[in-house]
Amino acid sequence: MERIYIFKRFERFWHWSQAALIIILMATGFEIHGSYTVFGFKTATTTHTFAAWTLVWLWVFAVFWHFTTGEWKQYIPTTEKVAAMMRYYLTGIFTDAPHPFKQTRLSKHNPLQRLAYLFVLVVINPLIWTSGWLYLFYNDWAAWGIDFLNLEYVAFFHVVAAFMMLIFFIVHVYLATAGHTPTAHIKAMINGWEEIED
Amino acid sequence: MYKTVKMTHQTLSLLACLLMSGANVSANVAATEPASVAATPTAATVVMEETEARRGTSTADHSKFDELKKNFKSGPEVTKACLKCHTEAAKQVHATKHWTWEFLNPVTKQKLGKKNVINNFCTAVTSNQTFCSACHVGYGWKDDKFDFTSENNVDCVVCHDTTGKYKKLPGLSGHPNYKVMEWPPHSGKFREPTDLKTIAQKVGKTSRASCGSCHFYGGGGDAVKHGDLDSSLKNPKRYLDVHMDANGLNFTCGKCHLSDSHEVTGSRYAPTASDDKGALIRGNRDGRNPTTCVACHGNAPHPPGTAAVEKLNSHTDKIACQTCHIPAFARGNKATKMSWDWSTAGKLDDKGNRIQNRGSGGEVIYDSKKGDFTYERYVIPDYVWFNGDVKFTLFGDKVDGSNIVKINDFQGGPDDPDSRIWPVKTFRGKQPYDVGNQTLAVFHTAGKDDAAFWSNYDWEKSMEWGMKEAGVEYSGKMAFVETEMRWPITHMVAPKEDALQCEQCHKENGRLQNISGVYMPGLDNTPIIDWLGYAAALMALIGVLIHGGIRYYMSKRG
Repeated sequence: MERIYIFKRFERFWHWSQAALIIILMATGFEIHGSYTVFGFKTATTTHTFAAWTLVWLWVFAVFWHFTTGEWKQYIPTTEKVAAMMRYYLTGIFTDAPHPFKQTRLSKHNPLQRLAYLFVLVVINPLIWTSGWLYLFYNDWAAWGIDFLNLEYVAFFHVVAAFMMLIFFIVHVYLATAGHTPTAHIKAMINGWEEIED
Repeated sequence: MYKTVKMTHQTLSLLACLLMSGANVSANVAATEPASVAATPTAATVVMEETEARRGTSTADHSKFDELKKNFKSGPEVTKACLKCHTEAAKQVHATKHWTWEFLNPVTKQKLGKKNVINNFCTAVTSNQTFCSACHVGYGWKDDKFDFTSENNVDCVVCHDTTGKYKKLPGLSGHPNYKVMEWPPHSGKFREPTDLKTIAQKVGKTSRASCGSCHFYGGGGDAVKHGDLDSSLKNPKRYLDVHMDANGLNFTCGKCHLSDSHEVTGSRYAPTASDDKGALIRGNRDGRNPTTCVACHGNAPHPPGTAAVEKLNSHTDKIACQTCHIPAFARGNKATKMSWDWSTAGKLDDKGNRIQNRGSGGEVIYDSKKGDFTYERYVIPDYVWFNGDVKFTLFGDKVDGSNIVKINDFQGGPDDPDSRIWPVKTFRGKQPYDVGNQTLAVFHTAGKDDAAFWSNYDWEKSMEWGMKEAGVEYSGKMAFVETEMRWPITHMVAPKEDALQCEQCHKENGRLQNISGVYMPGLDNTPIIDWLGYAAALMALIGVLIHGGIRYYMSKRG
């Protein structure tokens, strides 16, 4: 068993604070949407707004970090071994078959991960962010000359993106248990060290 | 037919100033102005403090005036005495709605005013003046021959009485009783002759009580008509109205309904539904209505700070202040009338006598003279888009009886920048209309004659007389038509802690569920997306659980 240092300090901080913010945003967001009542509408909206702005700041740093470290390359998609990965999740994982992908510092995401995170980056996030910003600045639409927009459609896209994020969240949390032990990946995300099978 | 007057209150305070001590008032203003301005920068506060300083400090003691040391025999005699000093007062009153009962809507050009509109309470003034004029600021209006140019027929006292003893009684054409009189009729109780001397010597500024002597009793009784105006506002506690709170700000009606030359601002005939120009600075001459929330509070009324407060302020582009700050009307524990069905009027008991039934709340729910009523307390308003334009269905406007007639149709909509979502009382009626002439009916309700409905319960005679008075030959065929009338809710402003909370609107079946044209988070959604979204999330969850289950099972099996 080899141990390699995969997730650096900022990356871990980014991951977990983002996770917390997204959980808060989902919990409050679905309340605002009318799915349930837990915090009350006022608390839900103010918390949602506050969490959204916090996430914006976090992303400012994250974007800076990705570019200065070159880590953005981790999200470049590849088709190599995608089929093998799918086969692994559908059968191999049950029989302890060897993992088709070997994690390295330069390539820390398996091909499916790359695709999934890229999807989050180029589809879910732009959708949720754009609609969210428009939502936040609804009262300035007229001044900005974009009052041809309709809040109903903005809300529609925001909700669609929220559901996609929820599904990503469910699958992502589950797959976090799919390491060589159920907690291996989670530990790695906490202390940075991934244990790689030889 | 009595008390259908919808006066606005401010005539009163102005009357007071002008009638009593105009010169001193201006002196006072000059004295307090600089200090107030320095301490409190907003116009509203300044005006408030000035009035506060003057309260109860009139420089004229009317009981010392020789002109008033007389045993007046009638109201007009009192007025004559008033006019000896206040020479221009009657002329000023002559120019007001309180006197003419006429109002020309500047937008729709409809001729409105109590004289012209038909409502769904007592319906119409025409042919019933002796009763209705109990709320006219004049004496002697009993038919269409009333002299509207007579100065002595102006009733100064009804607005400027401070004793609470002055009462104009229905049936006396705007006069109080000068002789001993049984009141209410057949009650066995008797009213002493009105003590005009004492009343005249104690005249003063208008008050909630003096304005309320008509406006609280519109529609024929306490709380009946408006829903947000009733006698509980004479001495309200803070919870009932944060501005009129007798132990707090203690606003008179006139504090908002600012008046000039006896002309009172703030009218239901041409209301101001929105004003985006902010607080109204003194001296401003652009003709804006000072009787609005915005006139004092501006367009960003909630003190800035948190995001939640900013969000409240940004609601003012769609929502009238009243919508959140008047969570219910008829909050003074007095029930307001919600419907009136004339079609059942006229039922008599076995002996041919008038019937009056009372409901569990003590209110009359059936009266042979008037039909069936319903009442409610603590009523949640209806909400409508409103831009201030009101279109009335007037006498002569086509009515076919198959649809609900909108007595007054509030204009506005979500795409109109002047519209706001307003709380309203919807009053439902069923009232006579002339089938042949296809118009809402004017019928003769009250009077000491054979044709009055309240005398002998004969619709045909009552219709014939009323329509004739209104200038139309009765077709001979009448029926009852359902009607709806809206009343903007703007009084009984609750303290901020009682204002609506977000989720009273932002939830399924929230208060604004019938409002179209705005997307409201929490209330509105796209059901198909919710369905697909929840289904997909559930499938993902089930999928990972099964996947995890198999993994667990396989690992246990080794």
